[in-house]
Amino acid sequence: MDPRDLYQQVILDHNRAPRNFRTLEAADREVEGYNPLCGDRITLQVTLDGDVISDVGFQGTGCAISKAATSLMTVAVKGKPRDEVERLFERFQGMVTGRETPDPETLGKLRAFAGLSEFPSRVKCAMLAWHALKAALDGAEESVSSE
Amino acid sequence: MNTPVADTRAASVTAAGRGGGFNVQQIRADFPILEREIKGRRLVYLDNAATAQKPRSVIDAVTDFYERHNANIHRGVHALSQEATTAYEAAREKVRGFLNAPDAREVIFVRGATEGINLVAQTFGRSRVSAGDEIVVSGLEHHSNIVPWQLLCEERRAELRVLPILETGDVDVDRLRELLTPKTRILAVAHVSNALGTVNPLAAMIRMARERGVTVVVDGAQAAPHLAVDVQTLDCDFYAISGHKMFGPTGVGALFGRAELLEAMPPWQGGGDMIRTVSFAGTAYAPIPAKFEAGTPNVAGVIGLGAAVDYLAGLPWDQVQRHEHELVTYAVERIRQVRGVQLIGTPGERVGVVSFVMEGVHPHDLGTLVDGEGVAIRTGHHCAQPVMEFFGVPATARASIAFYNTREEIDRLVDALEHAREVLA
Repeated sequence: MDPRDLYQQVILDHNRAPRNFRTLEAADREVEGYNPLCGDRITLQVTLDGDVISDVGFQGTGCAISKAATSLMTVAVKGKPRDEVERLFERFQGMVTGRETPDPETLGKLRAFAGLSEFPSRVKCAMLAWHALKAALDGAEESVSSE
Repeated sequence: MNTPVADTRAASVTAAGRGGGFNVQQIRADFPILEREIKGRRLVYLDNAATAQKPRSVIDAVTDFYERHNANIHRGVHALSQEATTAYEAAREKVRGFLNAPDAREVIFVRGATEGINLVAQTFGRSRVSAGDEIVVSGLEHHSNIVPWQLLCEERRAELRVLPILETGDVDVDRLRELLTPKTRILAVAHVSNALGTVNPLAAMIRMARERGVTVVVDGAQAAPHLAVDVQTLDCDFYAISGHKMFGPTGVGALFGRAELLEAMPPWQGGGDMIRTVSFAGTAYAPIPAKFEAGTPNVAGVIGLGAAVDYLAGLPWDQVQRHEHELVTYAVERIRQVRGVQLIGTPGERVGVVSFVMEGVHPHDLGTLVDGEGVAIRTGHHCAQPVMEFFGVPATARASIAFYNTREEIDRLVDALEHAREVLA
């Protein structure tokens, strides 16, 4: 696969104009994600309404893949209950690592990252935000690393 | 710069076999991997500072060892063991010549420059550095010439002090004088920076250190593939090299140390081959270099390293260095003209490396996109995070050349950078 096909329009768009790129005023959980390979660093904040992610925001710097992946993740998980987010985590990870064929119904726009399975060195970039989210939902307060 | 050295390299055997001239296409034919195609295009390998490619003669030397001579060294009385021992010790002599060390006993085989530096820190360092002492490193160092000293300082409650760098990516050599105090025990510095390609003014730095009785440890990993190394002219105490960066196998390197220092140092690892006699009442250690080579060494790797040294010795070094100089100058000029590109480091003297960033494009995205055109560069912090921090970037893209690279390959890189910019910026 030509890497130019990896950088699909939706990824480029979310890289240039990331959604939910803001600091939440009253976050219930905050986790820092760090990818020492790229130097990608994000701070992910989550507000919970019972079991549901009522709001999510992030700050930080990173490569286009990590930034777009974080942005698209926040859009995908906002308003979703925890168990659904965990299923989404599994499906997304399965897709980018090439373990499973992407399920269009569950993944929606996140399928833009399907090509990543051919770029194993970049999988961590896309997983960083998801690992941070998982840590946040698990109640972790420390930072997570994608290494 | 060290003058191209006729004495250690060019004086050797095979230069005449090439008709004395430097022909890059002829050189390329010695490196089988340069025939590879990546994504349908001829490989452009510009990640030589990470690891260099291997000439056929090195690959053959390793294969020949395993096919015809494989045995353990030093103790066997049978034919193969003697052949293996002879080849292993011949490689030591070759590396001695490469570094122009006075005595082959001063060449210790290790896994690479990292292990060489750790060996010095853990033996010389632990026996000579005490609480309140100081160790000086430069701000340009690879993590492998920082962390071993941090570990030592932590253990000994000594202080690590840093020679700052300038915006150009040169060390601020004028500051060294004040950094070297009566408490300074060790100055650890790279000959050439892996992140920026800066050639450090070692002659002046070592003179200052030695006038004050400070022991000098040089990380020569990036210098060995480009410069003539002469440890006697440099007047350093230790010099560490990595085989794989100088066209030899991975997992092997060498540490030069002055004999009187090596003899006084405690051993590092205990085991076979490093002893004279062992009893439960006590053990007498072998003389150098065996004292520092516990266990079965990387025999095939050492022999491959010897073949790499032979290969380098057969090149016309004045012409090789002229070619590399023209190439790196051309790369600097072409890369800096790509729209949005900013060079990181513009050192007064540079070999091998051009580091840069592109506005609005993360180096990793750049690396992935140029790889799509068959061009291999390195992107990241290059195990030199303090350098990245100094320049305020999380990472850079780094193109690093060897003598087998060509101007056409630099053009391929520049085209790939332009394409990447179109996609991302």
